[in-house]
Amino acid sequence: MTPTSAFADDTHWDHPHPRRGFFTDTSICIGCKACEVACKEWNRNPVDSDYEILGSSYDNTGGLGADTWRHVAFIEQTQDRIEEARESGRALVNLGMPRVGPPQAASTPAAGGCACGSAAPADDAAGSGCACAGPSSATTAPAAGGCGSTGGCGCSSGGAGGASAGTGEDGSPVLDTPDFRWLMSSDVCKHCTHAGCLDVCPTGALFRTEFGTVVVQEDICNGCGTCVAGCPFGVIERRDDGLVEPKTQRGAAPMPDTVKVPQDGIAQKCTLCYDRMKEDQTPACAQACPTTSIKYGERETMLESAQQRVAQLHEQGRTEARLYGANPKDGVGGTGSIFLLLDEPEVYGLPPDPRVPTADLPRMYKRAGMAVAGMLALGVAAFAAGDRA
Amino acid sequence: MSLSPYDSYRPPEEPRRTRRRKNRTPGGGAFRRGGGDGSREVAMVPEPEFTSYYGRPIVKAPPWDSKIAAYLFLGGLAGGSSVLALGGHLTGRDVLRRNGRLGALGAAGLGTIALVADLGRPERFLHMMRTFKPTSPMSLGSWLLAVFATNAGVAAAVEVDRMTGERLPLGPLRPVLRVMETPTSVGAGVLGAPLAAYTAVLLGDTSVPTWHEMHGHLPFVFVSSASLASGGLALLTTPVAETGPARVFAVAGVAGELAAMRVMKRAMDPVAAEPLEQGRPGTWLEWSERLSIAGGLGALLGGRRRWVAAASGAALMASSALTRFGVFWAGKESVKDPKYTVVPQRNRLNKRRAQGITDDSITTVA
Repeated sequence: MTPTSAFADDTHWDHPHPRRGFFTDTSICIGCKACEVACKEWNRNPVDSDYEILGSSYDNTGGLGADTWRHVAFIEQTQDRIEEARESGRALVNLGMPRVGPPQAASTPAAGGCACGSAAPADDAAGSGCACAGPSSATTAPAAGGCGSTGGCGCSSGGAGGASAGTGEDGSPVLDTPDFRWLMSSDVCKHCTHAGCLDVCPTGALFRTEFGTVVVQEDICNGCGTCVAGCPFGVIERRDDGLVEPKTQRGAAPMPDTVKVPQDGIAQKCTLCYDRMKEDQTPACAQACPTTSIKYGERETMLESAQQRVAQLHEQGRTEARLYGANPKDGVGGTGSIFLLLDEPEVYGLPPDPRVPTADLPRMYKRAGMAVAGMLALGVAAFAAGDRA
Repeated sequence: MSLSPYDSYRPPEEPRRTRRRKNRTPGGGAFRRGGGDGSREVAMVPEPEFTSYYGRPIVKAPPWDSKIAAYLFLGGLAGGSSVLALGGHLTGRDVLRRNGRLGALGAAGLGTIALVADLGRPERFLHMMRTFKPTSPMSLGSWLLAVFATNAGVAAAVEVDRMTGERLPLGPLRPVLRVMETPTSVGAGVLGAPLAAYTAVLLGDTSVPTWHEMHGHLPFVFVSSASLASGGLALLTTPVAETGPARVFAVAGVAGELAAMRVMKRAMDPVAAEPLEQGRPGTWLEWSERLSIAGGLGALLGGRRRWVAAASGAALMASSALTRFGVFWAGKESVKDPKYTVVPQRNRLNKRRAQGITDDSITTVA
């Protein structure tokens, strides 16, 4: 599959390779942080800082940064917030939001007890895809019980259950977490179509790879920091400190400095495991994800499965589900990493209406040109009038 | 929430403290809204509703510190001074020309040092010259600064040579230098204005909410600020007989800055404009305005007296520095609170939706 012509035109990207990307389905994320660990290990990223408890549910990482390229967000919500989220999702439908592709016919839910597997795309339903088959099989759970209360089951979605178990007496969907839910979402670099970081990089250190992703060349970046401000998502950051000291035998010689301080002082972010992609390998986070919440593949395929999944969830009455980054007309031209969210983006720490700053650059240059002309004209006028002053 | 059937015997729990508080701002405590014990002013404008992830920032501030803020000032000062130096050169104001050239090179040199020192890898500063990239204001600015500094350097070298009575060991290069005097002076003068303006584009072309909201008007603020700063430097360093044009330049700069700042704040989303009026940046900008008015009035009314001119010049330069520091740090502040990212974005999204544009949201349902 070749990249869509719009993407190729917009980014002057003419490789025969298909554009690759992630689809992060937060409805089946269990918050295990395997992606964070796998990413850190594979890319040998330093520790962020001293270990500390941030007091934000199970999230002690904080956010994406130079040393954290996958970040799992944890949000605890009570019933009113769930209702609000469901309502805001419904409002999106009522707005007549564009359907990016034709709505796919959802596969009929499996009749099994797996709450989530039935809702996952067909290829995930078997095997590890079932993340939510906890003891809380929908209506049989006591009213006060539910997914969030059963320690091992971190099912953020709750799930509408099977066809038979998921409906109440009046036929409306009954959710097994009526009064509490736990949202978990693995955030990552968006690999935007219109990448702010890439646009503003003055050295050419940031480049668009043959897979349509955006990567920093470590030996070129001089750490000017412009890209940090250019990113509308706050992903890329300059690595100022942090040491990686791989485990060694006790008493062994210390590691050389080049190992201990990898790429100090330069901008760093997710590469979508460029090194692994070149070997036809799956990125570390996607490979480590036990629930297939993180899916990796050609972006077109990811988009399709994202659309299928959101249609399925809506069919089950879970109108809080929505896609993030799937719209090529948005402020960044669509993202390479698509997300399925269960609440407004800002709840997850994502901007609600990101816009690549360079979109306004022509206007800025025009205004700056006017200002320059004004200053030079003022100079001429000052010397013309100066003798009288 | 109960964990087992036995939990029904427990006394009722206190309601959960919601972690995701609305209207969460750093430093905003229990007393924020109601006036509490009466020691604080009650906010008359309701805080905008917004949600965030534990009040954490969404976008990141660039890792720039006061060195960059200083460069914003020095770049403007250098640019404006070279404009005045060119004028002095063409109209035969020798001291104004000399001081303008030396000031331009000095400010550009200091600014370049500040820029390089702020890099994460200063030893790679020449990587800025690898490419010429119009989409990157930083790239354009680097080239601009390099070409400007070269021109200003030659012009200043001529000046130094003249000051030392042609005692520099230039040998056969002296005639070449003399021939280059006018072209480089014109080059530095003409490039001075863009040098003063591009830094506004550099700040505007970011996701930092307050800076980006300023992008339409900041160039006018910055060139005005550069004009009044360089006019101030001339007033401070040059005898009043030659500073007539510099006074006009400075006073017009003051007027331009006052007007541009007002128009800019009005055009901004009110929430994104808040950091310009709060905290230390707010105080700096306030003082910058006071000093520029004082310096402008001084230059206008008493600019023919040496000491009044010098004091006005110093006030104008301080004003320009405070403007740059205020704008710079207001942007850095605006990143710390997600409110400044979320609320303006929500506002513009809702505005588009109200206009019936519903196909450009990043959030879709299919």
